[in-house]
Amino acid sequence: MKHARMMLGSAAALALFAAAASAADSTDPIMIPLHNWSSQIVVSHVVGEVFTSMGNSVEYVTTDSQAVYESIRLGDVSLEMEVWEGAFGASFDAAVAKGGIHAAGAHNAVTREDWWYPSWTKEACPGLPDWKALNDCAALFVTPESGGKGRFLGGPVDWLKHDQEKVDALGMNFVVVNAGSAAAIWAEIGAAEKTKTPVVVFNWTPNFAEAVWPGEFVEFPTWEAGCNEDPKVGMFPDKIYDCGNPATGYMKIAAWDGMKDKWPAAYTTLTKVSLTNAQIAEMAKLVDIDGMEPEDAAKTWMDANPDVWKAWLN
Amino acid sequence: MPPSAHAGRVGQMLLALAVCMAMGKALLPPGLIRPPDWLILPFADWINAAFFFLQNDLGLMAVTRAFSDVVDWLLSVTANLLYGKSRWPNLGPIPWIVVAATAFMAGYALKGWRLAALAGGTFVWIALMGQWKWAMETLSVILVAAPFSVALGLGTGVLAWRSPWFDRVLNPVLNIAQSLPHFAYMIPVVVFIGVGPKAGAIVTIIFSVPPMIRMTLLGLKMVPEEVIEAGKMSGATRWQLLTRVRIPTARSQILIGVNQVIMQCLAMVVLASFIGMPGLGQKLLQLLQSLKIGLSVEIGVTIVLLAVTLDRLSKAWALRLPEHAEPSPHWLGRNRLLVIWLALCVLGVVLAHFVPYFLEVERKQALSVAGPIDALMDRFIRLIAPVTAWLRWFLITWVLIPTRDAYLWMPFSAVLLLLAAVGWAIGGVRSAAVCVAYFGLIALSGWWDRAMITVYTVTVSVLIAALIGLPLGIWAARRPVRAERVLLICDTAQTFPSFIYLIPVIMLFGVSDVAVVAAVVVFAAVPIVRYTIEGLCSVPPELIEAADMSGATRRQTLWHVRLPMALPTMLVGANQSVMFSLFMVIIAAFIGTQDLGQEMQRALSTTDVGKGVVLGLAVAFMGLMTDHLITRWSEARKRALGL
Repeated sequence: MKHARMMLGSAAALALFAAAASAADSTDPIMIPLHNWSSQIVVSHVVGEVFTSMGNSVEYVTTDSQAVYESIRLGDVSLEMEVWEGAFGASFDAAVAKGGIHAAGAHNAVTREDWWYPSWTKEACPGLPDWKALNDCAALFVTPESGGKGRFLGGPVDWLKHDQEKVDALGMNFVVVNAGSAAAIWAEIGAAEKTKTPVVVFNWTPNFAEAVWPGEFVEFPTWEAGCNEDPKVGMFPDKIYDCGNPATGYMKIAAWDGMKDKWPAAYTTLTKVSLTNAQIAEMAKLVDIDGMEPEDAAKTWMDANPDVWKAWLN
Repeated sequence: MPPSAHAGRVGQMLLALAVCMAMGKALLPPGLIRPPDWLILPFADWINAAFFFLQNDLGLMAVTRAFSDVVDWLLSVTANLLYGKSRWPNLGPIPWIVVAATAFMAGYALKGWRLAALAGGTFVWIALMGQWKWAMETLSVILVAAPFSVALGLGTGVLAWRSPWFDRVLNPVLNIAQSLPHFAYMIPVVVFIGVGPKAGAIVTIIFSVPPMIRMTLLGLKMVPEEVIEAGKMSGATRWQLLTRVRIPTARSQILIGVNQVIMQCLAMVVLASFIGMPGLGQKLLQLLQSLKIGLSVEIGVTIVLLAVTLDRLSKAWALRLPEHAEPSPHWLGRNRLLVIWLALCVLGVVLAHFVPYFLEVERKQALSVAGPIDALMDRFIRLIAPVTAWLRWFLITWVLIPTRDAYLWMPFSAVLLLLAAVGWAIGGVRSAAVCVAYFGLIALSGWWDRAMITVYTVTVSVLIAALIGLPLGIWAARRPVRAERVLLICDTAQTFPSFIYLIPVIMLFGVSDVAVVAAVVVFAAVPIVRYTIEGLCSVPPELIEAADMSGATRRQTLWHVRLPMALPTMLVGANQSVMFSLFMVIIAAFIGTQDLGQEMQRALSTTDVGKGVVLGLAVAFMGLMTDHLITRWSEARKRALGL
């Protein structure tokens, strides 16, 4: 306890010192994590470039997208540009509860994650996107291992999407098969495209897939607060998970608690960053469709949209 | 103890009992079908508690972080030199043309023109394909990790050689370390070191050190007594004996150890990028994430080329005997190659200064073969789609689902008895105890069902691999040229990053067990083919001649002479095949499985050390048990053949 108070004291002293030194940013590099999807990498590079233009030094480090919150908490990594409600909300909240990390801002973007199908599926099952129509077409999605039911390819189990619960609650004639990675889902869609086989998979927006394969989300009963916990909420009075996923999830920006004191100017800029769905999709497209390197894509985007990022500067 | 008639009878009795228990499953109490809850020990909690104690109370965190700071400093030096990261000594980046010239000269000095062309050509390929920065990021980590690993391995090896007690403790630790899946190492590293290039370097060091320790130990033990006598007679101290006599005599083994370290480092390139190793691996995962197969194949080719180059260079170094030629009177004559190399370097730096193309080829200027590869892949998938659809249906319905259900249906007590029966028949009571202990621990860990799914995938994969690999090996062993070519394909298939295989198998078979088995079979078949060829080619020609003279047909020679003689070697292949399958089945979790690998992936993303270690040990125990049984059997076969 005494120890903790001493640390608090010295932290406060440091903060005072930092304030006295006219809030100059530390010369240590700001550590920016990169993950394995393009929009996050480009957004991170854009912010890194902005920091560099302010005179900060920046370093990029590749990490696991779930484990990163633990690293931010410990100060090994300084921030995270894309905290998706559906995919990372749980890890983020757990890290916030332990302390050392907080939300420094939010993008003006909505995220959606749910059952999704590419356009050629609709030709085989014209009633889509209604979930009841999908259920009536279940026979189209039968595979050898699905035991006569339709097969839905879900995301990795640790994304905790409760697809099986949804199937049970809505009484759908489907089985859930979990892919082991996002790449496995893309490979499945890519293979299905060659033979125009109908598939229904887990997908999310914004991401590059919508530009490669046009498609739509399945419309489940609308999500209401409490639908996943309270049987009374939702379509059936005696079931939980009897609804779709929230269609308007948040996308936040997380920062290490110490960032505010160590790099005050960069932190202030970070709090002002806010991108829209269209802007994020544009950045992903530069890499995934136009084949640019993420660094070049970041520069290209900044050259094309100077007013957007200059507004973040103080 | 050799398997006797008595051991065979006990084995049969245990087998009969196991069958009875399986048949009478309905009558068994539930506690014998699956381990009851009170029997399951919370190993993961214990390990977590131990790690927590190490990390917080013992202050080990400070030690590991201090060590990682040293590694970090070294990494920033290599990073500056190789790709110009702004760190001390601020000299880099070295132009690619200079690195390529250096590799060329090293190859020439060690073995001549062919190796020179391979080594120089590899770096020219990397540069022209626009992968220079990524490859240098990778090499900057390997350049730090490999020497650390060699030094650590050499030191530990010498210690183990000096103290038989330490050797006895170390041996089982190394056995487990070499059969733990890669991911199991990574979780503790994330906890103690964090993420980033230094974590990548440290996980690479941990992974690559065991073969170095083993080879050092082996080399030191093989030093002939006469050499040491000679050293003693010339009045060497103990330290001089070690550094001037023993280690130089054990040179070949130690350098083979160095070679192994380099190969292991390259094997970690892709996996270590999960915890922040930059470079080729990280880029490869990003590309696969957006389904760019052509570009990821290019990176795969680079990794294979790097592995082959470094392998050949270090082997040439290891096998080169010290030359004691007549010293040339002129300095220039003695150091001709050194002078040429220095001249090439200066030329390269000047060239790069005036023509930026020779400093770094930018992505925009890079060549690419991605387009044709993607088109070829597309054509191939469309072409064989009907075949794979049928194959998927057939394997799922008639092979995989029935086998899987059977494995899961078996009561765990019957499985343990069955293993005891196999163990007893092969190696007597000791082997039976070893088998039951390993699988008993897996049962106690509470992961029985998932472990059975892993066992099922590995069994099916190794069987299919044997069905493909044995005929291929026999066919290839007929002509030396053919054998050489097939072995080259084996090397390539094995060094090619395993992640790239995952995407095509999903495209062919969908996210299903067939895709998982197909990916594992690629790796399981390689050692089977290789050791079949090596076993058949090393059968003494006199024996074959003798068989020919007694009028045996080619088929008879094969079945009654060559295959039985090659069997001990082929069993080594079977052993490695199981090991490779166990590693690959964990990686195949990225396709989508319900086995230990899936849980391991989950443990990595939640940095749950205890769970990761328990799952890793479960996989290691499967490997160790197979290793024990096959080694025993192979020894018995060798004795029977009088080898």
